[in-house]
Amino acid sequence: MNGLQFVFLLAALVSLFSAVMVVSARRMMHAALWLVLTLMGVAVIFVTLQSSFFAVVQILVYVGAIAILIIFSVMLTRRVMEDHGDQILPGWRGAVLVAVLLFGVLVGFLTLWQGFSVMLVELPPDTDNVLELGKALVSPQEFVLPFELASVLLVAALIGAITIAVDRRKEHQR
Amino acid sequence: MDFLRDPFGFVINWYVGLLSQFGLPPEVVEVIASLTGALVLATGAMLFVVFLIWYERKLIGRIQDRFGPNRVGPWGIFQPIADMLKIFTKEYITPDGAEKFTYNLAPILAVAAVLLLWSVLPLSVTVFGTDLNVGFLFLIAVGALGEVSYILAGWSSNNKYALLGALRLVAQLISYEVPLVLSALVPVMLAGTLSVVGLVQAQEIWFIVTAPAAALIFFIASIAEIGRSPFDLVEAESELVAGYNIEYSGLKFGMFYVAEFLHAFTVSMIFAVVFLGGWRGPAAEQVPILGFVYLMLKTFVVYFVTILFRGTLPRFRIDQMMNLNWKVLTPLSLALVMVMAVVGGLTRDLPLFWQAAAYLAVNIILLVIADQLIRLFQRKKPKQALAIRGGHGALTTSTKYGTGE
Repeated sequence: MNGLQFVFLLAALVSLFSAVMVVSARRMMHAALWLVLTLMGVAVIFVTLQSSFFAVVQILVYVGAIAILIIFSVMLTRRVMEDHGDQILPGWRGAVLVAVLLFGVLVGFLTLWQGFSVMLVELPPDTDNVLELGKALVSPQEFVLPFELASVLLVAALIGAITIAVDRRKEHQR
Repeated sequence: MDFLRDPFGFVINWYVGLLSQFGLPPEVVEVIASLTGALVLATGAMLFVVFLIWYERKLIGRIQDRFGPNRVGPWGIFQPIADMLKIFTKEYITPDGAEKFTYNLAPILAVAAVLLLWSVLPLSVTVFGTDLNVGFLFLIAVGALGEVSYILAGWSSNNKYALLGALRLVAQLISYEVPLVLSALVPVMLAGTLSVVGLVQAQEIWFIVTAPAAALIFFIASIAEIGRSPFDLVEAESELVAGYNIEYSGLKFGMFYVAEFLHAFTVSMIFAVVFLGGWRGPAAEQVPILGFVYLMLKTFVVYFVTILFRGTLPRFRIDQMMNLNWKVLTPLSLALVMVMAVVGGLTRDLPLFWQAAAYLAVNIILLVIADQLIRLFQRKKPKQALAIRGGHGALTTSTKYGTGE
């Protein structure tokens, strides 16, 4: 076992453990903090895959924005800061079944994909994978359509959020 | 002679050579050398804060027509050391009902987040922690860890004021990250790389010349990111007592204090690296130690300006701060990114000088348009105008957009 594998195993264990803690922690706030740790573990896994761009974006977007927003909403929601007793609901057996099934289906489909069995190739030291990613995102042969669709979706979400947030009554009073 | 030209590089080479003489395999040598480098850099940065604190207190003192520290040592230069010793001897107090683990984790995380920034900053031609190909993005992402530490501190102290202060600070940091990232895109576009080392190498002409508007937005946003005046709402004593770190005492408070000062200096260094050419200067490539001197000089110029801001500007109200961010800086930086991309595409075949001139012209035009738009808006709706007017004449000078009446 070389160093990279050790780091991968460690990161995977940490993120799995904290992912379990996210759903089983008693206080919402603790769950949110465990979520931060999970996301950082995923970032480390990206690093072991040599995709530093995704690792950094993972931290920037998920830890820096989404996790903080979750913490904010936890803090601003009334009475979720208190203890609520056991977090395990009575129907947990069904939930476990569905989760295992979903995991099985996902892994099953992934094994059908030919990229699943390809071993990782070491990148030549002079290639800039960020450059390649940028080109792929805007090249018509590759991902320009999904990329633009995602942009439209995000703009729609932005406008939707503003529409919900605008307080119309106050605007009129002014 | 080699030692005089590049002492840091010389010592590093000597150290690596020494390690490999012990018969260690090259991977182990690399790991040990990196660990030592990180340790030396982090310790050096932390000790440097002692000097920074003295420098800032002295300057602020002069601005306010006082002497500043002048009792311990020549010009009071050992005052921070005395303060440090005092803070070591103070008692740690953990408030009742605090979350022990996160309460203790927060100050460590705050310092670590700042020290991590140093790992990708090139200090001279030969000395940099690591040349990450997404280094610049890394600089911004690591700031996110700092935000987490503030939230942790505010929430785990079990104190309303701390929580309010943390929420306010993090809201400010998240908001100002938007224009920060957008304006940082401009140098990245100009250089064509995300690596910080590459950014410095690409600055044949400093980016503050080719993109002054981006530099201005970046500077304002970074001052907001370090929570310095005029964005020091976190420390609004009359409203919040002392912000997120109110319950901390002794060395734990000291950690936050060190993190704050070091962050202010580091942000100035990032500005110097990204917009002022980093270690670039006459003969810097032949004599690497000169590059380090240039970088420090540039950083101190920027740091001096932030201290001037701190000493002279009053504090923003929270709505003014948010208005400045969302109504001025964000649209301006969005427009800037688009315009710079278009101009860069149009002038691709021109020689470097003309390309830079085109960039400069476009930047100035954009700044003037923004200024005129704000004036128009203020004249039309004086009541709900951009709060940078807000009835306090002094505030407008801080934004460079106001009339400065």
